[in-house]
Amino acid sequence: MQGVHWLGRWLLLLGVLSGAAMGSQARTLSVVGPWEIVGIEPARSGYIFSRMQVAETLTTVDDQGRLAPQLATSWRVSADGLEWRFRLREGVLFHDGSALTADGVARSLQHARAGHGVLSQVAVTAVEPAGDEVVLRLEHPFVALPAYLAHYSTQVLAPTAYDDQGRVKALIGTGPYRLTSLTPPLQLTLERNERWWGDRPAIASVRYLAVGKSETRALMAASGEADLVYSLLPTSLGVLRHNPAVRTETVTVPRTRLLKLNVASPFFSDLRVRRALSLALDRRGMAGVMLRNERLAASQLFPPTLSGWHDVDLAALRYDPGEARRLLAEAGWLPGDDGILHKDGVRFAVSLTTFSSWPELPVLASAIQAQWREVGIDLQVAVGNSSEIVSRHRDGSLQLGLLSRNFSLVPDPLGTLLQDFGPEGGDWGAMGWSDAALQQMLDGLSAGTDKAERIAQQQGVAGILQQQLPVIPLAWSELRVAVSNDLDGLRVDPFELSYHLSALRWAE
Amino acid sequence: MMSRLVTARLLQALVAALLIATLCFAMMQTLPGDAAMRIAASRYGPDAMSQQLAEAVRLELGLERPLLTQYAASLMQLARLDLGYSLVSGAPVIEELKVQLGHSLWLALLALALSLLFGPTLGLLAGIRPGGWVDRLSLGLSILLRALPPFVLGLLLIMVFSLWLGWLPPAGFGSWRHLLLPALTLALGLAALSSRVTRDAMAEVAAAPYFAYGRQKGLDGLALAGRHGARNAAIPVVAYLGLQSVYLIEGVVVVESLFAFPGIGHALVHAIIARDVPMVQGTVLIMGLLFIFINLLVDTLCRRLDPRLNAWQEVRR
Repeated sequence: MQGVHWLGRWLLLLGVLSGAAMGSQARTLSVVGPWEIVGIEPARSGYIFSRMQVAETLTTVDDQGRLAPQLATSWRVSADGLEWRFRLREGVLFHDGSALTADGVARSLQHARAGHGVLSQVAVTAVEPAGDEVVLRLEHPFVALPAYLAHYSTQVLAPTAYDDQGRVKALIGTGPYRLTSLTPPLQLTLERNERWWGDRPAIASVRYLAVGKSETRALMAASGEADLVYSLLPTSLGVLRHNPAVRTETVTVPRTRLLKLNVASPFFSDLRVRRALSLALDRRGMAGVMLRNERLAASQLFPPTLSGWHDVDLAALRYDPGEARRLLAEAGWLPGDDGILHKDGVRFAVSLTTFSSWPELPVLASAIQAQWREVGIDLQVAVGNSSEIVSRHRDGSLQLGLLSRNFSLVPDPLGTLLQDFGPEGGDWGAMGWSDAALQQMLDGLSAGTDKAERIAQQQGVAGILQQQLPVIPLAWSELRVAVSNDLDGLRVDPFELSYHLSALRWAE
Repeated sequence: MMSRLVTARLLQALVAALLIATLCFAMMQTLPGDAAMRIAASRYGPDAMSQQLAEAVRLELGLERPLLTQYAASLMQLARLDLGYSLVSGAPVIEELKVQLGHSLWLALLALALSLLFGPTLGLLAGIRPGGWVDRLSLGLSILLRALPPFVLGLLLIMVFSLWLGWLPPAGFGSWRHLLLPALTLALGLAALSSRVTRDAMAEVAAAPYFAYGRQKGLDGLALAGRHGARNAAIPVVAYLGLQSVYLIEGVVVVESLFAFPGIGHALVHAIIARDVPMVQGTVLIMGLLFIFINLLVDTLCRRLDPRLNAWQEVRR
């Protein structure tokens, strides 16, 4: 025991000394998340620099998920829908002291358009400066454009941030925090930008550390080493529950775990079978046990966070194994001697591909396997990596995929839906399925209509997907954050565009 | 004598470099899944990954070229002592390795130092009286520590030192305080074995005639162990250090991920997941060369400790 006291005293002394050395500085805010920093190119790890408020975009979203101004104060579109004008905020300075100009913004958007970010998917024909405005010309009307300009890959950087070949060589943004050091892939440190256009942030210095293991992240919050910890697993919350120094906040995010079906395969082409598969799933049970929150059971594809898309009047997806068996029998699938369904000599044996980047997916896959066995379906589960779903979608060999889909790649879900439910289906969406009415609604939404009609079309999309089940929704998602009680003013953005560090302050 | 040893090891290093480059390339090709897709997913995040993006990456990196062409290109690059660029971050591999190797070396050195502090000390004490309570206690302890995977041991240490005692930060890097827990995790695993090796060596020495002679000469315990025991017992322990570097390199991979420490092991895991062939080749090459260097050091040290090794070679010649 003597030895422990002796060691403790030494560590305490060293701790005091190193603390004294830093004592003159104000407390650094320590933020921890699982996301590693792959580089400074906005299309790569830009989300970290957006969330940490180093770089900013023309638009952003407010707490309700509605589009809001950031570097652009207002925007308007020509009558034909082909020309968008974004008016820039006045008096904005980059971290190198240079002023934000329409020229500079146009250059950043050109960079985003030529790269691999979301803007490359929009049919933009030209990006030009015009006085204090930036003009984007389109090939055909696209009403979701302003939402695309909230995406991190469209960050506005200073002209000096690019090298001769147009690559990003330094991260010089306009945000309330300025990058002071970067140790890829794990750490970055920031200091307050005294000349930011918004209210002066209360906290002067910030550090972000990428910690891959959820257990470690939870322990960092519990030990007070981190003040703000993002993305905790439900299993990690136990360590924090009785900790008086830490509180946790949970928000539902626009992300849904779903089953992707190859509707072209003879197993899933019959709508009755797809409905039966959905009815055979006990979503509340799975959400309650595996995600520790029954309310995450998906009653439809879009979670309530996606207002305008989530339709409260839509009949919820139900759990009714009896009805499932009846529908399967009606479709010609009858139990064989082994208890597995057969039709025309074919056994209902299918395989499901999933991956472990989201730790809950393999567990959910096992539960689905057991529940479908109850109605006579023999499901094999293969856990690989995420790209297998995409490549097997392409070569047509995929039967079922279990995945987690983000509907706020751009804050308007239309961006994701156009990728997932187009005429050819989508890598992460429909496979061997398309629907003319849905297509018409998506086209209508892209071209733009008045608000009332828009909502009707959005809910029409939700209705068709619920009716046709090209993908079977399982569970919605939530973002769990642990925050030190020393911090006030936390805003957790369900769209994860920003951590709103500039609004945080140390509690008195 | 010495120069022969160094030349042999240099030659070994050259062959190893060639083998490592070839094996890494071959093994990365046999991994399931499309490399362009894995790289795209690591670069742009799995959510943004699509076939379209994967094709762009494939073209950009020339992954559609025949395998032999790609292999030859990677060997030519190595021949120019150029490790190339990371396929994911786009930064030169050598720049990334400089940072990561620096962090890992500090971690490995501290772990080794701590393990030498615990292991051989406990081993010496246990070996002087084989079967005594110190011996039995240290045996139990080393079985327990060795049976715990580094991941679990690390979490236990975080619980004790960060959560309960609040002395050390649970993860991160940048100061000596961050280094202690990962180093301790590795050191305990290392010490568990080196204490047993030391104990056996010491027990053997303690039973040797020259030790008995020393005792009869009238030397007391400490002087006896110091003059006749330590150096003789050190030979197998030092030789064993070379082997332990394997455990160290393996342990670094797990421990760095757990403690969010930006070292070479952490980099290797991520490079393999991302199919970042130049990064994998670079990290494995550095690890391999390090291993050869450590063995050279151990060989040299053993010859210093035991002049008979040189004498025998002279006789054989």
